[in-house]
Amino acid sequence: MRTWKTMLVALLALACGFAVILPVTAQQAGTQFMGILGYRVGPYGANGAAFFTGMIDYLNLVNERDGGVNGIKISWEECETEYNNAKGVECYERLKARTATGPTAIHPMSTGITYGLIDKAPVDRIPLITLGYGRTDATDGRVFPWVFPILSNYWDAATGIVKFIGDKEGGADKLKGKKIVLLYHDSAYGKEPHPVLEAEAAKLGFELKMFPVPHPGNEQQSQWLQIRQYRPDWVILWGWGVMNATALSTAQKVGYPREKMVGNWWAGSEIDTEAAGPASEGYYAASLNLAGKDFQVVKDVEKFVYAKGKGGDPRLVGTVLWNRGLAAAMFTVEAVRTAQGKYGKKPVNGEQVRWGIENLNIDQKRLDQLGFGTMVPQLKISCADHGGSGLVRFQQWEGGKWKAVSDWMSGDRKLIRKMVEESAAKYAAEKGITPGCLKG
Amino acid sequence: MFYREAGQFKTTYAADQALLPIRQDRYAMLAILAIAFVGVPLFAGDYWLTAILIPFLVFSLATLGLNILTGYAGQLSLGSAAFMAVGAVAAYNFQLRIPGMPILLSFVLGGVTAALVGTVFGLPSLRIKGFYLAVATLAAQFFIPWLITKVGWFSNYSASGVISAQPIEILGLPFDTPLRKYLLVLAIVALLALLAKNMVRSAIGRAWMAVRDMDVAAEVIGIRILRTKLVAFAVSSFYCGVAGALYAFAYLGNVEPDGFNLDLSFRILFMVIIGGVGSILGSFLGAAFITLTPIFLEVLLTEMNAAFNLNLDPGVTSMAQLLVFGGLIIFFLIVEPHGLARLWQIAKEKLRLWPFPY
Repeated sequence: MRTWKTMLVALLALACGFAVILPVTAQQAGTQFMGILGYRVGPYGANGAAFFTGMIDYLNLVNERDGGVNGIKISWEECETEYNNAKGVECYERLKARTATGPTAIHPMSTGITYGLIDKAPVDRIPLITLGYGRTDATDGRVFPWVFPILSNYWDAATGIVKFIGDKEGGADKLKGKKIVLLYHDSAYGKEPHPVLEAEAAKLGFELKMFPVPHPGNEQQSQWLQIRQYRPDWVILWGWGVMNATALSTAQKVGYPREKMVGNWWAGSEIDTEAAGPASEGYYAASLNLAGKDFQVVKDVEKFVYAKGKGGDPRLVGTVLWNRGLAAAMFTVEAVRTAQGKYGKKPVNGEQVRWGIENLNIDQKRLDQLGFGTMVPQLKISCADHGGSGLVRFQQWEGGKWKAVSDWMSGDRKLIRKMVEESAAKYAAEKGITPGCLKG
Repeated sequence: MFYREAGQFKTTYAADQALLPIRQDRYAMLAILAIAFVGVPLFAGDYWLTAILIPFLVFSLATLGLNILTGYAGQLSLGSAAFMAVGAVAAYNFQLRIPGMPILLSFVLGGVTAALVGTVFGLPSLRIKGFYLAVATLAAQFFIPWLITKVGWFSNYSASGVISAQPIEILGLPFDTPLRKYLLVLAIVALLALLAKNMVRSAIGRAWMAVRDMDVAAEVIGIRILRTKLVAFAVSSFYCGVAGALYAFAYLGNVEPDGFNLDLSFRILFMVIIGGVGSILGSFLGAAFITLTPIFLEVLLTEMNAAFNLNLDPGVTSMAQLLVFGGLIIFFLIVEPHGLARLWQIAKEKLRLWPFPY
């Protein structure tokens, strides 16, 4: 026992010494450093792994194919958050001090971590990009200058889904008297669509019932029994991780048709449907981006990154979340490029990147140049509108593949804008913020 | 040799009853306080303050709270995170709804609210003991976050149920930088730890320990069991409530009720067990071990990954960190089931005899 103890103490001492002596991994000077708050373990690890692999594959592509952004190479460091708010904040603090220019822009990839960072971002002058998640009223950039819920937010998803259901029923006026259930992840993420769905229910006259599923959501028998008793016309699935597959297979068990279920974009990846097997057939999901390898940029990644052995995981290429990671990295890189246009071709800091995001304008021509084609919608961001697109597209799971079943469409943008401004104004009053646009 | 109190004579009762009767201990404590209040602010960067020291102090306070209940009064509880949530939400609402409310008073009232709620959930402790009581407190753990999410009033009708803590300002001085927040948290924790240390030495603390060791015997010698247990619940929940308020106001800023989940309760319980059941020092050691070791291991593994070009996935290093951390917990429990505080005590005894052990 004694030798054991001595050995352990020696080992620990060695480890401590090692950690102290080794300098913090030196980031190559003169690169655009990106801090990545990732997660690859824990209940949502599979989803995170797909997204962050896509992101890093794109950064590798920019370095390998183009030699960086205007000649400035990109470097990055990933810190594991385990989808845990406290660990996310720790990672953020760790990465923000790495280089003089800061971590470029942070993608928290978790609504909870986003909430933890919203108050820190303006102080540290680091922009947050929350692509399709996070705080919806942050779309009002006059109150939230440092937060960018780019592409579409949760309220776009909710109203888009209602519109899609209306189209399926033969027009929005047919929704009157219909019964719709929202099955949601019982967290800040799952509660985000409530106000806008309630407003839609009042406006269009459908009956709305909401069932929470506690984290992580691998037990839904009681919710689905209640749903069966209630006999809704449609079920909106607002889940994440294991909850989605469980919802699909439980729906099959209680005999609820999957063609009457619509998920949001965090409930619409291969990870969800493949885990549920044949129970997923016919299920719809709103999407921010298309799946598949049929895009020039994906071919480039295979040629320049995977063929050189620098890729993350070939099995993930072309999946919904991997493509989304690609798009998230592309928007960040383009923001850096935009910022370089104004501030010069050198590594840009958080303030400059913020300007770059706020003046981002990616039209169809630019998307084609970048090889994204129709994978993501066009995007034009301004101070008043930090969302930039608000478009969603619906996909259906058919024969082991996602297939687009609608064009890019938007929900009730007028209603959303009104509610966003109200909610943002309330936040501004609570925090004592004077709304206004920041100058470059 | 290092730790010999020979020649330190106590000539008064006050000296005999001092918190730290040995001179070396007093100097060590003064040195620690000097480092914490002066040294750390001089040298620590933002990362150390916000990501390591503030959470460490907040969790120390919560652990202290649970240690009073579980370690001193012997009542097992799994509701610590829920009482933290009560403290956070109550402080937020006092601050929001009463204009001109001093923030420190909000923290205290948050703690008092948590104490009231804790007392209610402590009522079953008269009838049920041990594991059964743990299950009863588990009810608090599920009920309170549910209630906070369910009733919109608690979060001022925020769409997502998230409360965003107001900025801290005391007597016109804004506590907005990490350093100021750290000093505020440190002062509160130091004060409450001193209070706890004194409380467990007083009549009420001895009553708790009597109830813990054998409640029938305690009743026979005239201790009122119900009152003693309820006071333990109230004091413990007060500490957890203040810790929750600090967690929201000084650490995260925006908190969702789900952040105060069963996982967090278990973490606090582990801190108590690893640190030392029934020890004030142990609360700090346990909180340090559970909050700091994973971060330390992760930094170490990431550095090794980079230094030796191992090309490991961040997921792999993270898993490895969990494995090593789990192994360390088991190792410490085998080597010293009474916690890190007991290890320190053994070390102290060894130092006393060194270099001539017998």
